[in-house]
Amino acid sequence: MKLVDRLNPVMPFFAAMLYSIPMLTSIDIVSASVALGIWLLLFFCAGIGPRTIVRRTWPLLLAAPLSGISMLLYAKPGGEAYFSWWLINVTDNSIELATAIVVRVLAIGIPTLVALVGVDPTRLADSLAQVVKLPSRFVLGALAGTRLFSVLADDWRSLSGARRARGLGDHGAARRWFTMAFALLVAAIRRGSLLATAMEARAFGAGERTWARPSTVSWRDWVVVAVALGIAAAAIGIAVATGSYRLVGSQ
Amino acid sequence: MTGARIVAEGWGWRHASRRHPALDGVDFTIEPGERVLLLGPSGAGKSTLLAAMAGVLGGADEGDESGSLTIDGTRASELRGRAGLVLQDPQANTILSRIGDDVAFGCENLRVPREEIWHRVDGALDAVGLRYPLERSTTELSGGERQRLALAGVLAMQPGLLLLDEPTANLDPAGITEVRETVDRTVSASGTTLVVVEHRVEAWYDVIDRIIVLEPGGGVLADGAKDAVIGEHGDSLAARGVWIPGHPITIDRTPNPNGVLLTASGVAVGFGETVVQQGVDMAVRAGESLVITGENGAGKTTLAHALAGLTAPIAGSVNATDGFAPSRSPHPYRWRSRDLLTRIGTEFQQPEHQFVAASVREELTVGPRVAKLPGAGAIVDRLLESLRLSHLANAHPFTLSGGEQRRLSVATVLATAPRVLVLDEPTFGQDRTTWRELAVMIAEHVDAGGAAVSVTHDEQFIRLLGDARIHLEKLALHADVSQRGGL
Repeated sequence: MKLVDRLNPVMPFFAAMLYSIPMLTSIDIVSASVALGIWLLLFFCAGIGPRTIVRRTWPLLLAAPLSGISMLLYAKPGGEAYFSWWLINVTDNSIELATAIVVRVLAIGIPTLVALVGVDPTRLADSLAQVVKLPSRFVLGALAGTRLFSVLADDWRSLSGARRARGLGDHGAARRWFTMAFALLVAAIRRGSLLATAMEARAFGAGERTWARPSTVSWRDWVVVAVALGIAAAAIGIAVATGSYRLVGSQ
Repeated sequence: MTGARIVAEGWGWRHASRRHPALDGVDFTIEPGERVLLLGPSGAGKSTLLAAMAGVLGGADEGDESGSLTIDGTRASELRGRAGLVLQDPQANTILSRIGDDVAFGCENLRVPREEIWHRVDGALDAVGLRYPLERSTTELSGGERQRLALAGVLAMQPGLLLLDEPTANLDPAGITEVRETVDRTVSASGTTLVVVEHRVEAWYDVIDRIIVLEPGGGVLADGAKDAVIGEHGDSLAARGVWIPGHPITIDRTPNPNGVLLTASGVAVGFGETVVQQGVDMAVRAGESLVITGENGAGKTTLAHALAGLTAPIAGSVNATDGFAPSRSPHPYRWRSRDLLTRIGTEFQQPEHQFVAASVREELTVGPRVAKLPGAGAIVDRLLESLRLSHLANAHPFTLSGGEQRRLSVATVLATAPRVLVLDEPTFGQDRTTWRELAVMIAEHVDAGGAAVSVTHDEQFIRLLGDARIHLEKLALHADVSQRGGL
């Protein structure tokens, strides 16, 4: 069994939050590099290879360089200027900021996504209801609703086939999309209310209930939280010690 | 566990949005362990009564209740878990995404202790014969398996009363047998009281022993032993749309097959990369009604859609013959959407999916207008008349009843007079009256020189309209994708 399957699904959320808050206070390159380095080392030791990391975080890997480019071109000029055109100024300052931003986005995003992507919705719902104590009506309603997505995807395919069959497939894509969206909404409401009836018929919503699948928080979860906090503390500490810590908003 | 006793005394219900009650003055007593079939024409309030017994009819904002309806002496609306309900639509009965969790759901709500829940889950899945791992996803189940899963979820709650709302209306013959035998076996073992709503009497006749017939807007029309009720009221019920054993439908046919309109050679169909059927060779002929049969998952609908030019086959080709094809291409899926209108008309399994307008009349006008047919108004009037939809001409299509929606969707296809009709389960869940009207329309179209391709499980339909038949076996390769194993 993989480590992540032994953790309570809400605890990585909690750990990610505790880790991100201090990490968001600075935009220096030292703290971000230290944190990212430790995380990658830890993932490697835990058997989470580069393939898994790329598969879970690829949108972030695309977005991070984009945020760097905007910094590179438009950040406040400072130091030697290398290129300048209209509002664009590439300077020592902007290069440094751009690098720092890219590393920071990765340092915060990669561990968060690795921990959270692929969480099983059923285990998450169990945990939200039993550990976080959210109302069970809300949590189980949402969980049952997730099953409808695949059903509605089939509905959508059928709707678009029907438009072609009825001679409306050649022109007016915008109007067609609108009538399909309306029909899908009607289908979703109908399926949703049927689902509610089926749930009610199985005595749902009568108040207190028991839970077939226990969701508990163990020492492993707290270790993960401690590790996340520890990495943030180490990264910030080293940045402060080397004098490179740079509080967001200050010069 | 013992069966529940149900007593209705002058019971009635009026939906909040309706002027007249759906049911009024209903009186009966059902003793523990009795097996009752509720009958009545469409609109007689059978499902409403069932929902009331299940306690899911809703509160005062949903409608007005009169008289009393009690289970073991307690008002039905105040009970939870004493009655278990299985709905008609298999999709609607599945609540969670894993088999074990879905069965456990009701027990959790009834505050059954955890160890006891898993014990009951195993027992219930055993009772319905679903021997899959508990973690198995519910998305891969067939319709029959889905209904058995729903039954397991209800049985695990150990109800005294089992309520089934047309549980087999959407199933193929194998699924119907599967579900009926499971119900028969489990009810016998537990002594649970059983109430079934089903307008196909034949499917459940051997399982039940008493029939209660409801009158639309009124109370109980007949109540007694099954043979006596069918003997006395069978003819009048059949005339009012109920399927009664021994009352087969007959229609006049003069099939006259001549030219080939469409051919399929070496066709493979599926979803994305997944092939569900392959190597299909067939011809669609004018003057012939062809039926496509086979179990769920054998690719009947996807094959029909490839013939209808809605999807491209994964391999092989569908060809329209010269004179039938437009100049653009012999392959229907390369035609313009407009080219299809007068050549191949397709009806979908869910009528709602093909509605695009805000009123019944507009809905019927869409096709003739796009196809630029002269006299669209006259065509629409004639169709409204012949399908008994005239009084609904200004109603929104989504507000029609199931049978009315089915008639309208057939009418939208017929409006542009396509040479080939492609119909997906045209008679699914229809009462006897609508069934007959649909069959007559298809027969008239074919006997006048058109062609029809129908995906169907319906034995009676195959008997009357199966001039030619393609039977699809589920691909062995595909069946292997789902692993089977013990619990």
